[in-house]
Amino acid sequence: MQLYSAKTLRSVCDARPKDRTIRLVVPINKISNSFSEAVADIPSGASIMIGGFGGAGGQPTRLMLALRDLGIGDLTIIGNVAGISKTTGYGWPDDLDPIDQGMFFESGQATKITCSFPVPGTTNPLSEIEKAWREGNAEVDIVPQGTLIERIRAAGAGIPAFYTPTGVGTSVAEGKEHRDFDGRTHLLEHALTADFALIRAQKADTRGNLQYIGTSRAFNPAMATAARTTIVEVDEIVGIGGIDSERVGTLSTYVDRIVQRETGDYLP
Amino acid sequence: MSSKPEITGNEPAPRLNRAAIAKRAARDLVDGSTVNLGIGIPAMCADFLPDGVELLYHAENGILGFKELSAPGEGDPNLMDAGGKFPKLVPGMAFFDSVESFSLIRGGHIDVTVLGALQVSRSGDLANWVVPKRGIGSIGGAMDLAANAKKVVIAMEHNAHGDIAKIVEECTFPLTAPGCVDEIITDIAVIEIDRENGLMVLREVAPGWTFDDVQARTEARLEAADKIDQMA
Repeated sequence: MQLYSAKTLRSVCDARPKDRTIRLVVPINKISNSFSEAVADIPSGASIMIGGFGGAGGQPTRLMLALRDLGIGDLTIIGNVAGISKTTGYGWPDDLDPIDQGMFFESGQATKITCSFPVPGTTNPLSEIEKAWREGNAEVDIVPQGTLIERIRAAGAGIPAFYTPTGVGTSVAEGKEHRDFDGRTHLLEHALTADFALIRAQKADTRGNLQYIGTSRAFNPAMATAARTTIVEVDEIVGIGGIDSERVGTLSTYVDRIVQRETGDYLP
Repeated sequence: MSSKPEITGNEPAPRLNRAAIAKRAARDLVDGSTVNLGIGIPAMCADFLPDGVELLYHAENGILGFKELSAPGEGDPNLMDAGGKFPKLVPGMAFFDSVESFSLIRGGHIDVTVLGALQVSRSGDLANWVVPKRGIGSIGGAMDLAANAKKVVIAMEHNAHGDIAKIVEECTFPLTAPGCVDEIITDIAVIEIDRENGLMVLREVAPGWTFDDVQARTEARLEAADKIDQMA
């Protein structure tokens, strides 16, 4: 993917009119031409983080659809509120058919999910993840949300494991190291990485800096740091300087590929 | 399953409806505190804040300082609360990611969380994420909130399916957190938990109900407060 695009070079030069030196670290072209191109090298058996919180906001919906269309299998998905929108409308505007991570279980492509919220309160109708789990086709690993995000953060921050008070005295604690600090018992939890992260931001600059909007951050910034390859779906790609330096939500260093949505895409 | 309490005869008086439970729970929320409301009855507390009380609502997905949960916004997917609803954009609101959101929770910065429950035990154990018969459930932020908020209030219906006890001696459902619940507000009672001594103290009853009426619908042994007030 490390092509030196003339377009990218120009925008770098334009942003620095008095400095014509081209620095090789900058003009790596991270921009993919299509969603299918951006996910084309994801192999069967990959572990894939999917950003957002749950619901339409912050969800890399176009990347998810491209991944599904790629047709690969044996995937491990790492999400948060994972597959409840389709049957409950969670986090989606009323006038649209919700799309969620359950699609990879409906298609039989995913065999495992690690997340905090795999199923809705209701079983009528059954969600795709619960259906796959009941039929023995999916392993569901349910992690407290704060532990899940901290495991992801830790992976990106070079922390192999950490202690947390959450989950002590519950089924989550089974088989884990316990240790007391200041008279309170904690659990040892390990960092969680993945082969790929599919994330969503409002804007990227050509270098790969990201800007988020509203509540669309959620799991996106941490997942961007934690996966070996981070692929970002954005509404808009802007030139260097097009994102206020004070508003950079994810550093370009973490970002490997950027894909821009079509203007006026009906999906949120 | 927990045992059915021995109930003889009809109910002594109507139970409070869900809104009235929320209203009673809202009365205890202190002005200026940082509060996380769970889905269902807890979220309805926002509609019944006493005059002059302003709270900083936290939602796990990354908002602090939003307004009434039940006053819908414009349906902007990028302005969602943790229940999947769309609140209004208001001045002073802050957005942040899940790392920050759970630092706020785990770090003990949430003053009060109001949650629902499947079971609460006499020692304050909470079970609210999975029904064993179903075998799969969702933890979400519940374990972090229950284990780490400064105060945990449960707002729920007193019994399941009319007569099954939810307030029990020992939880039979998988726990969300042990020894975490401070207070339970139901459609017939307000119960305070003295966790140090493993006591449940009945402080208030719904209009027309007595200590004995509530005890008959509660598996856990209750103590009577010096003075039992009427819920209002």
